[in-house]
Amino acid sequence: MTMTAEPPEAAAHDVDDDVDIVNGYELVVGLEVHVELATNTKMFSSSPNHFGDEPNTNIDPVTLGLPGALPVLNKAAVEHAIRIGLALNCKVQPSIFHRKNYFYPDLPKAYQISQYDIPMNIDGFLMLPDGKRIGIERAHMEEDTGKSTHVGGTGGRIHGSEHSLLDFNRCGVPLVEIVSRPDIRTSEQARMYVSELHDILVAIGASDAKMEEGSMRVDANVSVRKPGEPFGTRCEIKNVNSIRSVGRAIDYEMRRQIDLIEGGDTVIQQTRHWNETDGRTHTLRTKEDADDYRYFPEPDLVPIVPSADWIEEIRESIPVLPAARRAHLSTVTGQPASGEAISVVTARGQDEYVLAVAHLGGDAGRALIYVKEAFADGPDVPAADLAVLTRLEVDGRLSATQAKTVLAELVANNGGDAEAIAAAKGFEAMDSSALESVVDEAISADPAAWEKYCNGDQKAVGALVGRVMKATKGQADGKAVTAILQSRRDA
Amino acid sequence: MSIPTTRSTSDFAGVIALAEQIRNGDRTAVDVVEEHLARIDAGNPELHAFNLVMADSAMAAAATIDGQIAAGNPVGVLAGVPVALKDNLCTHGVETTCSSKILQGWKPPYNATVVDRLAAAGAIGIGKTNLDEFAMGSSTENSAFGPTRNPHDPSRVPGGSSGGSAAAVAAGFAPFALGSDTGGSIRQPAALCGVVGVKPTYGTVSRYGLIAFASSLDQIGPFTHSVADAAVVLEAIGGHDPMDSTSLPRPFPSVSGVLDRGVEGLRVGRITDLPTGADDDVNGRLDAAFAALEAAGATIVDVQVPAFTFGLTAYYIVAPAEASSNLSRFDGVRYGLRVDAPSTGEMMAASRAAGFGDEVKRRIMLGTYALSAGYYDAYYGKAQRIRTLIAQDFAKAYAQVDVLMTPTAPTEAFHFGDKGDNPLSMYLCDLYTIASNLAGHPGISVPYGVGDEGLPIGVQVLAPALGEPVMFQVAAELERLASK
Repeated sequence: MTMTAEPPEAAAHDVDDDVDIVNGYELVVGLEVHVELATNTKMFSSSPNHFGDEPNTNIDPVTLGLPGALPVLNKAAVEHAIRIGLALNCKVQPSIFHRKNYFYPDLPKAYQISQYDIPMNIDGFLMLPDGKRIGIERAHMEEDTGKSTHVGGTGGRIHGSEHSLLDFNRCGVPLVEIVSRPDIRTSEQARMYVSELHDILVAIGASDAKMEEGSMRVDANVSVRKPGEPFGTRCEIKNVNSIRSVGRAIDYEMRRQIDLIEGGDTVIQQTRHWNETDGRTHTLRTKEDADDYRYFPEPDLVPIVPSADWIEEIRESIPVLPAARRAHLSTVTGQPASGEAISVVTARGQDEYVLAVAHLGGDAGRALIYVKEAFADGPDVPAADLAVLTRLEVDGRLSATQAKTVLAELVANNGGDAEAIAAAKGFEAMDSSALESVVDEAISADPAAWEKYCNGDQKAVGALVGRVMKATKGQADGKAVTAILQSRRDA
Repeated sequence: MSIPTTRSTSDFAGVIALAEQIRNGDRTAVDVVEEHLARIDAGNPELHAFNLVMADSAMAAAATIDGQIAAGNPVGVLAGVPVALKDNLCTHGVETTCSSKILQGWKPPYNATVVDRLAAAGAIGIGKTNLDEFAMGSSTENSAFGPTRNPHDPSRVPGGSSGGSAAAVAAGFAPFALGSDTGGSIRQPAALCGVVGVKPTYGTVSRYGLIAFASSLDQIGPFTHSVADAAVVLEAIGGHDPMDSTSLPRPFPSVSGVLDRGVEGLRVGRITDLPTGADDDVNGRLDAAFAALEAAGATIVDVQVPAFTFGLTAYYIVAPAEASSNLSRFDGVRYGLRVDAPSTGEMMAASRAAGFGDEVKRRIMLGTYALSAGYYDAYYGKAQRIRTLIAQDFAKAYAQVDVLMTPTAPTEAFHFGDKGDNPLSMYLCDLYTIASNLAGHPGISVPYGVGDEGLPIGVQVLAPALGEPVMFQVAAELERLASK
């Protein structure tokens, strides 16, 4: 592998995520996402597919590409790959494997078994939460490589290192590579795409999709153009290891390309490496250095021709996907589907719980907020108990502040009777007429503040609410107090 | 020990005979193994049929078999029968080299499926036989460890690439041997050494543990003294193997039961547009075979199979292309020869430069070129389309005939160095055998007398995919006719 010298880099810039056009240029991004499939064994052998084991323990003659060893396709991997295709609205077609030939120490056969011109899944799409539709060109199967650790030298690269350590545990782990169309126009959309894809993969059980463990890896093809012009020359950004980095790397790369063009230079088609530490992309190799992979059909394997019945069986096994779950939760709670609470709760898989609370007579909207804020580690509180609490609150028998205190008790004790806890804490039921009289007393007690409030001084409201809180020993609902004050003023 | 210049294959006991003697207690397996080891000791230094003789493990295995028979325990169909294994078949813990410096010293941690199946049937591995490096060649002259000599005339080649296996059987070093056939590598040396050699239908014998040359063409098969022995061996090693995705999901076609049926009423095809180039004595033996079969009741039918003309060209694209990929794993990183160099890439290049011989390098370069961006369609893509045409040609022919018959090889065994300087003339040794590899069809070479120089000549019987029963039926009749 030859390495080209680093060209001078453009200075890093901050770019606002929400701006579509920077200096008159439009961003164009396509993402290639590799996901490791959640199978028990490898793609072509019976070695365990398990992350984090001692190096070179999950190996066998097939994994090591020993002479004479032959691959046998793992049916569970095919099933997961079809599931991914269906979840991404792809057409599932008969497909074949090719060999992608190149020499590298962690590729023991010196070819990767992959799919080339006849992939398994084609022509799908993924809907972003904001309604933007991103085309999926293909989602094909391939095997993972081993892992190289280059010791000595700089930057953990093979070039200039003293020696390299090879771990073949990952070698032969089944992957699906999901290739989007270049439909992404902002770095925020890129982040949303990766996030949504992650949630779908987890929901269908095809992958644990952990970017930090490398079971989900994102490469970004980035180019810029003046709106309406043909696509510009693209650079492929590798080593993007978190959703946050997806946005940062794309923003940096966009700026770099714009600066090149504005400076009278041209963008050269390259593979570039995102460096998390310095926040820049660096040249990995240019197109001229690219290997000729000499693809040809893999003669050791036969075509994959899934029957229509099997595809239907897999389709029926696919659970409701996150987008539909968010929409349903939105209907039940009245909260926006693309809002943070629904996104967070659905991503955590706690939407079923919120629905259960609602089903048991609880208030879905309050339950959503509680689950989002207090149940990050998963709810151990029976839905019925939370249902009681939300009812107490929306019926006005507990203030929001009181309800929060009771909620903390419920979480600490893995459930309990909210009414009994409220009684034990001495939280008295305070109906609205009782609260109104306390508010009236506060107005009488501080006429100066009332006067200022009526004249539009919003700061004065604090003094009045403070008096009410003092009088109720902090149990009054601040929002309810403000509402009463407002209605008195507007009356 | 001097090797007779011509030798009838009936000089040595065959597989079925030995297995019966051992099973019946007429001879012990130890006695049989000792007899073969003695012949190896006497003859192998001159012939170099073996890269490795497994004397100790063979004697131990024989003693175990004898113990089982003495105890009255059931034993396998090949119990106590020695077998010579081509040195591109993986043997657990036993050096497997492909006759290449790049694999010298490598001991596989597993057995090839055929090796396991032979062991399960009670056969005893007696040694690893020499071959053209990575099975690339037709004379065994391309072995990194020196050529094998033809037992019928040690100044001549045994053919190749499975020359060591063919010579081992012809010289009585083992009653049977396994080889691999990618373009004729079983049938051609069988013909040159005067033994029976079979390339079965692609997918009927597992390739797991066969070090690949060209994956879509390679197939393992036997060398034996008789057609009946070959049938028994194939029935033992063949049939579905879940470790080979290209293995057909069915048992090996039953062939032992058809050998006595004769050829009455069978149609045997004579290919009128077969490429010329065979020596007159070879054509003479083929004509004699047709005449004998006709006299025995077969109908001889003239057919055209243009596939034979295109075959060689397509083969020398497809086989090197697959080989260039299959042999890329020999990079010095994990096993085999490593030549140290300052960087990983240079180490790989230096190891491969030192480890591979000229013919292997030639084919790697041919194949790499054929697969290169911009050339794929013109070469590999076109060659694969020719394979489709070949299959169609054969289908038309087999609509008219049950089997086809051709010479196995264009010549008798040639002298060392005769073709060594001219790769193309060496490639022509496979002129009549390649088409069935490209089509995935079976082929068998049966000895049918001797040529002008007194050396064996083989006749090849070809059949459609899974046509082994009719192919063996005709081959068995030919064998009977040849001994008349």
